[in-house]
Amino acid sequence: MKAEKKQNKHIYWNPYFGGFLLGILIIFTFYMTGRGLGATGAMKSSVVATVDTISHTHAESNSYYSKFINKDESVLNNWLVFETIGILLGAFISGSLAGRIGLRTQHSPKITSRRRLVFALIGGVLFGLGSQIARGCTSGAALSGMAVLSTGGFITMLSIFGTGYLAAYFFRKNWI
Amino acid sequence: MGPLIPNDIISHEWSYIIAILIGLAFGYILEASGFSSSRKLAGVFYGYDFVVLKVFFTAALVSVIGILYMDYLGYLDFNSLYVHPTFLWGAIIGGAIMGIGFVSGGFCPGTSLCAVAIGKIDAMVFVGGILIGIFIFSELISFFEPIYSGYYFGNVTLVDSLGISPYWFVFIFTIIAIIAFIVVDIIRKRNKKIFYN
Repeated sequence: MKAEKKQNKHIYWNPYFGGFLLGILIIFTFYMTGRGLGATGAMKSSVVATVDTISHTHAESNSYYSKFINKDESVLNNWLVFETIGILLGAFISGSLAGRIGLRTQHSPKITSRRRLVFALIGGVLFGLGSQIARGCTSGAALSGMAVLSTGGFITMLSIFGTGYLAAYFFRKNWI
Repeated sequence: MGPLIPNDIISHEWSYIIAILIGLAFGYILEASGFSSSRKLAGVFYGYDFVVLKVFFTAALVSVIGILYMDYLGYLDFNSLYVHPTFLWGAIIGGAIMGIGFVSGGFCPGTSLCAVAIGKIDAMVFVGGILIGIFIFSELISFFEPIYSGYYFGNVTLVDSLGISPYWFVFIFTIIAIIAFIVVDIIRKRNKKIFYN
């Protein structure tokens, strides 16, 4: 217990330091590109590219996929796809330097890893669905939206965290 | 005057290189702040770890203050920045679905990518779930269309919606954030400590 306690406390950055750097990065991103950061955008591109490869006619006839399909270039030739490759690299570097790399399922000792994975899958599906309805996730809509005082960004942020607190009671066994 | 790439001060060929570098910094900061751990992230909902709230609000404040300053000093044109559009019910319903996804899965998309990069299997399943979720949405687009593109208010900011000066808003927002930072520390000390690795 004691060793774990020590770990919890010291391995990560001070949250205000991390938040400050993240804020600077968002300013830099807006200064360079005029837009914010994103995380689901590249996943959407992947889904569109996969569906387009399997059945081009189906993708063309769907009013959502067809918005992102361009005859001249690949759907994956997209700013957010490159940014996401960067995210994976950056997190890998940070994790390597701190010795956190390893194939494992993290879960509370009170639940099985199978249960953890089932709830992770449900959470992912809901997040995927919600991010498309709200046109962005915590990065693209909430964080980048808040940086430019977007009304929609603030509403999305309040809705995510508000619902999170309301729903937390029902999922407590998984976490505490 | 910024933004640099849209104004052709830096040519478009650099765009993807800058994208990778920005992503690199984003992933590094998130991972180093502890966002690759779902148990740490979920702490914000159960009062044992408020790193999400602290990082998130600090980042939002720093970025909005910095952007307003750069606009004031003439380095960046606030009006040429992309403002996330407001689709009222899309934001509320989409946000609510994401909120449940957050407590169920313990990640949000950006943080799950960081966790995938360090080998968390639960995060890989979560990302798989996101892809399925996007696929379901796309296939059922006609069903979601009314909330997806209805109740549209344009690319509005709180300055338009509330009729408040951005400087006053940021001032009030900063005070709320500082109070929140103090309150969550008190809450965390009162709660039972949760250990995880």
